[in-house]
Amino acid sequence: MSTLQNTQKEIKNLKSFSTAAERFEGSHLLCPGCAHSIIVREVLNATNDNLVVAASTGCLEVCTAIYPHTSWDCSWIHIGFENSSTAIAGAETMHKVLKRKGRMNSDEPDPKFVAFGGDGSTYDIGFQWISGCFERGHNMMYVCLDNEVYANTGGQRSSSTPIGSSTTTAPAGSHSYGEKRQKKDIVSIMAAHGSPYVAQVAPNKWKDMVKKIQRGFATEGPVFINAMSACTTEWKFAPNQTIEVSDLAVDSLVFPLYEIIDGKELNITYRPKNVVPVRDYLGAQPRFKHLFKPENEYLIDEWQKRIDARWEFLQKREEIKL
Amino acid sequence: MNSRKMELNKVEVWDGNMANSQAFRQADVDVVAAYPITPSTATVENYAMFHANGYIDGEVIMTESEHAAMSGCIGAGAAGGRVATATSSQGLALMIETLYQASGMRIPVVLCLVNRALAAPLNVNGDHSDLYLTRDAGWVSIDAFSPQQAYDMTLMSFRISEHLDVRLPVISNQDGFMTSHTAQNVHPLDDDTASKFVGEYKQVNALLNFEKPVTHGVQTEQDWHFEHKAKQHAALMGAKKVVKEIFAEFKELTGREYKVVESYGMEDAEVAIVCLGSTYETAIVAIDEIKKEEGINVGVVAPRLFRPFPLEEVAAELQTVKAIACMDRSAPGGTVGTLYNEISGALINTPARPLVTNLIYGLGGRDMTVAGLKDIFRQLDKDAKAGKISGNIQKLVGVRGPELSFYNVQGL
Repeated sequence: MSTLQNTQKEIKNLKSFSTAAERFEGSHLLCPGCAHSIIVREVLNATNDNLVVAASTGCLEVCTAIYPHTSWDCSWIHIGFENSSTAIAGAETMHKVLKRKGRMNSDEPDPKFVAFGGDGSTYDIGFQWISGCFERGHNMMYVCLDNEVYANTGGQRSSSTPIGSSTTTAPAGSHSYGEKRQKKDIVSIMAAHGSPYVAQVAPNKWKDMVKKIQRGFATEGPVFINAMSACTTEWKFAPNQTIEVSDLAVDSLVFPLYEIIDGKELNITYRPKNVVPVRDYLGAQPRFKHLFKPENEYLIDEWQKRIDARWEFLQKREEIKL
Repeated sequence: MNSRKMELNKVEVWDGNMANSQAFRQADVDVVAAYPITPSTATVENYAMFHANGYIDGEVIMTESEHAAMSGCIGAGAAGGRVATATSSQGLALMIETLYQASGMRIPVVLCLVNRALAAPLNVNGDHSDLYLTRDAGWVSIDAFSPQQAYDMTLMSFRISEHLDVRLPVISNQDGFMTSHTAQNVHPLDDDTASKFVGEYKQVNALLNFEKPVTHGVQTEQDWHFEHKAKQHAALMGAKKVVKEIFAEFKELTGREYKVVESYGMEDAEVAIVCLGSTYETAIVAIDEIKKEEGINVGVVAPRLFRPFPLEEVAAELQTVKAIACMDRSAPGGTVGTLYNEISGALINTPARPLVTNLIYGLGGRDMTVAGLKDIFRQLDKDAKAGKISGNIQKLVGVRGPELSFYNVQGL
């Protein structure tokens, strides 16, 4: 992993972090309690450098750039559902050319190029575009706002939707417990691209997150961040419970926080002092409420076993650095 | 330009793809994002070779699909520099979503579209189904009939696209294989003259201008969408004037004259065909022969500028003929062909009321020969003399099997 010349921003505490000069304005149409805006602020506030941001079609885009309004006080582009990665790769390439040709202000540090997409545009429809960008090695950061569902269009399943979750296209019913497939392991897939830096983050663990974002910004090459984004609307918890639900997600190890460097070195970056049962995480979200019926309880046991095995696997990988 | 200059001969032997590649090189394109597809592949291959040999200062992004190629062009174009790509057929079909996005976002892009049939059945040869697929995409679309014209049109496309009154993407069309793979004499400009003609790229709302952050690709619903599309349409309609100005400037520079509607033999023509692409060149030969051999006065009209459609100029060209065959090189999909519709539409409010037929021809690269065109002219001549269309309005010509023809409004 090679590092870029970077004007690393010093972040002392949450107060100074949350009141930093904001390039993502508070006025937008995201649901009260939506974690997207927290994640976006944490990413953007992690640097003082110029930013070029792309967003895929989705909640973030439709809620922040409705003409004649914009929530973005930085260069921003949206093209379509599947191509925020390639939009930013195009901009990054243009910057490289204009800099070489002497058409950029050479006094300024290089801007950061960041693409955001939901799990629908990341795991599903835009996956090929992301894979292409990462294979070509653009100097960019891709951030997946992973709320495990097509939230913008009303809660359809994606390949990030976890098993047992009830969605509008894989609903729980008298003959179904909802989603039948396990969530795709996007972090491993992106690490397998040979990306210099891949990390999973959660906005409630802001120190861990900002450290990873800053490391990502300081890394040359394509960086992938999978950000858990608790969705009040589709996970069906109360809007004031976002951080609590997010805490349950990381403390139950359903969303373990770790990073993979150069596709090899895996570091677990957060170890809960008290691991919470998966049952508690599932129980906090009505999208899983049918799992608590007697005929479905076995699925909760399976969940717990799966999460335990995954945690075991991550620890072993960390230990042997492979 | 820091890159090496290329010493060109006064006359080069180039095919249509090389003509595109050389125009890209001389235009000092900042970013080419592309994906290879027959028959436009060589446009990108030649350019990659120029890059490998130090003739290019810009970057080449070889993407994983045509959709990504155009997505990259839009991102790079929005960032604030000159962008271009090339494609054909299925590749164009895959990037169609982004064509609408490029024009709606007012990003200058030059797309060399080497026209090829659309599957199924899979076919690599030239027809205009991909060109027609771009009809309503909001791009300026110009048509080259030969490698020389491909060079000229592609070079001029940058000027048109980046013009401050236009700021719309431009398609430079040519026929797959017939033009793209047929080497002919081409008179190029030298590098300095070409570069000077194209000029420096002017940034408008560039993402890389951090003094003035901009939001590209917003959402508009029923409150503003119509106004955006109306402005976009007005800009596209206004592009005709700019195209004419740039054609005039190019004539001053090269002596080569282009018009938004090209015609041959129309001074004394009694009947005419209307077509696109290399068929125009074949028609010139057929017209000269049939005039000389059979004394029939016939002509050909071809919209050089396909979008914005030069309705007034087409109508003016066709005021004196008695019968017209509109030749569409694309399966019409359950109606009359595009040229038939647009030519008839151009004439309906004018004094001229010629007979207008619709010939579907040349699908999937089926050859349209001089002899074939003479047959068409003879039939037009008969119809004109009889004062009525013989048989149905739409006919498929040059296809095996029993005659297929459709639509008849005589006797209404």
